Amino acid sequence: MQTLLERNVVLLSIVTLITAAIGGLVQLVPLYTMESTIEKVDGMRPYSPLELAGRNIYVREGCYLCHSQMIRPFRDEVERYGHYSLAAESMYDHPFQWGSKRTGPDLARVGGKYSNDWHVAHLINPREVVPESIMPGYPFLAGRELSTKTIAADMQTLRVVGTPYTDDQIKNAEADMLAQANPNADGAEDTEARYPKAVIGNFDGDVSVLTEMDALVAYLQMMGTLVDTTSYKTNSDGR
Amino acid sequence: MSSASLASSAASDTPTYYDDLIKKFVIAAAFWGLAGFLAGDLIAWQLAFPVLNLDLEWTTFGRLRPLHTSAVIFAFGGNILIGSSLYVVQRTCRASLFGGAGLGNFIFWGYQLFIVLAATGYLLGITQGKEYAEPEWYVDLWLTVIWVLYLVQFGGTIVKRSEPHIYVANWFFLAFIITVAMLHLGNNATVPTLFFGGEFTKSYIVWAGVQDAMTQWWYGHNAVGFFLTAGFLGMMYYFVPKQAERPVYSYRLSVIHFWALTFLYIWAGPHHLHYTALPDWVQTLGMTFSVMLWMPSWGGMINGVMTLSGAWHKLRTDPVLRFMVASVGFYGMSTFEGPLMSVKAVNSLSHYTDWTVGHVHAGALGWNALISFGVMYFLVPVLWNRERLYSLRLVNTHFWVSTIGIVLYIASMWVSGIMQGLMWRTYDSLGFLQYSFIETVEAMHPYYIIRATGGLLFIIGAVIMIYNLWRTARGDIRDEAPIGLDTQSAAAE
Repeated sequence: MQTLLERNVVLLSIVTLITAAIGGLVQLVPLYTMESTIEKVDGMRPYSPLELAGRNIYVREGCYLCHSQMIRPFRDEVERYGHYSLAAESMYDHPFQWGSKRTGPDLARVGGKYSNDWHVAHLINPREVVPESIMPGYPFLAGRELSTKTIAADMQTLRVVGTPYTDDQIKNAEADMLAQANPNADGAEDTEARYPKAVIGNFDGDVSVLTEMDALVAYLQMMGTLVDTTSYKTNSDGR
Repeated sequence: MSSASLASSAASDTPTYYDDLIKKFVIAAAFWGLAGFLAGDLIAWQLAFPVLNLDLEWTTFGRLRPLHTSAVIFAFGGNILIGSSLYVVQRTCRASLFGGAGLGNFIFWGYQLFIVLAATGYLLGITQGKEYAEPEWYVDLWLTVIWVLYLVQFGGTIVKRSEPHIYVANWFFLAFIITVAMLHLGNNATVPTLFFGGEFTKSYIVWAGVQDAMTQWWYGHNAVGFFLTAGFLGMMYYFVPKQAERPVYSYRLSVIHFWALTFLYIWAGPHHLHYTALPDWVQTLGMTFSVMLWMPSWGGMINGVMTLSGAWHKLRTDPVLRFMVASVGFYGMSTFEGPLMSVKAVNSLSHYTDWTVGHVHAGALGWNALISFGVMYFLVPVLWNRERLYSLRLVNTHFWVSTIGIVLYIASMWVSGIMQGLMWRTYDSLGFLQYSFIETVEAMHPYYIIRATGGLLFIIGAVIMIYNLWRTARGDIRDEAPIGLDTQSAAAE
């Protein structure tokens, strides 16, 4: 066999490809077909336009390189960060942002733990609120106007890859984006109806302009808040 | 020296080897290597002194870190891999490159364009947000074109070989090219927002959440397995025997090594996702295969190191060989550490900490970079047709400076990683968590300085190498005492 393969490059290539493909197929294909891969939970919904824009900034700035979004089922992690993360909680994440390193703390359930003001101050200069922090400052986010033009295209693309955005949500994308960052806006109730539990607020303290800071804080404030983990029943094996 | 003179004197039917092309890859590897090391050390200092982030969007850790990893893996590693594979395939097949210099040059410049597109994108915030697969869809497509052409040139050269057998190094290069193509296509499946009038540079990956996580680490771990391992093993199987002037230790072992590695590596990805929301059965599979992977890894290491049988004395006088053997040693060490860290109980401590970072650098600096340096020291005199390197003493200096740098790096990350993991899970006598997160960050500070200093030494070593190679290419020869002869003659007396 080896003698044959060693003399025929096409055959060698094919057999190599098959050999290298097996493991991945065994581990990947069932994840799409087995229903138990993602547990059924209440409360999950696609990101609101503002949260999605914030998430895109999170991805753009490479936050995942220092912050995980995956709480493991250990006593210390659950006490430090909250209920361990469920697969369902990242079901609309394209791409996933579980991360692989905790240079900074896990953020899977950071939503609601700090005030908007704290987040803004922290993002502008982390050392102002946490003197020992080694996080970079992101003052430029506060001054940059958030682009609202492309958000509907983002949502349409996400629908293609499986996120269940409705026509209504896509049609109102821009309006929802503005309304979520302005508690006094007319459409705020509609936005909340379309995106239950959406945190509506004047995130960066300035209603006149919608900034990238608004979007990022809106995303941070919703992280891990959608699923009511107290109602989630664990199996006997603890998962 | 040896192979070039042998090749030209062997027979009149020796084909023309396209060595000018290989020169370009070697120069590019040296250039990108230095750039990648500098980016890496800069972000290492940023972790010690955050003011170095400059609060500008283009210079934050989050944007520079992909620049570092891509520069060292795909630019430095990629150039030396493609260059050395095209060098090796010509010699071992006794055939000139399929497609000739034209195709080769297209691949070369196309690959450099891929690097520049990816790197400038990172600085501007254009990223897919997947580790080691950050380039956006248009860069991915361009790389796919170049990669297919590379496969055509490499495979085509094997097809037109005048040797009956395909040499073992080429099996590994072939597995590297094919598997990386498979991983690249699977992990980067995206839909650009362009189709709906969105931004050109933005796309959404088709996989989501837990499936995306598994796909990512299927890719990520096997970028290590096939880019940084199989490809570099191809280098080992040609250049170590060449430099030691001994045949490969065991043909049989190389057959087992090749097939076991190719089959087992792919399964190991889930060890990056232990205790996450990935189903347990996948985690267990990943752990099991990671532990099994230890065997082919060490089989390969033994095959490389034992190739020196009967030539051990050369380590005293030949610092280039020393680079290669030390690299295989580091390979053995990090492929022992890897399976250890993939055991779930160990991983519960090591995951998310600097221990992982240290482990990666044991492999990247110790194995990938050291063997690349050895290969560059081998190739430059041959390609530029020089009698020998400018200075072997400088090679020796480079060896020790970088080795000390690596040791500082790995040791500091072991300490900081394990300490971090332990601090996170420490409880006080009242049953509360003993340390706040920020206290664990503060505790890392001295180790981050040691790590960055180690990195600096590694850069100094690379600068010494580049100077040495540059003088060699110019045809200079340093007047110096040979290495190791004093001790050798003393032993002989």
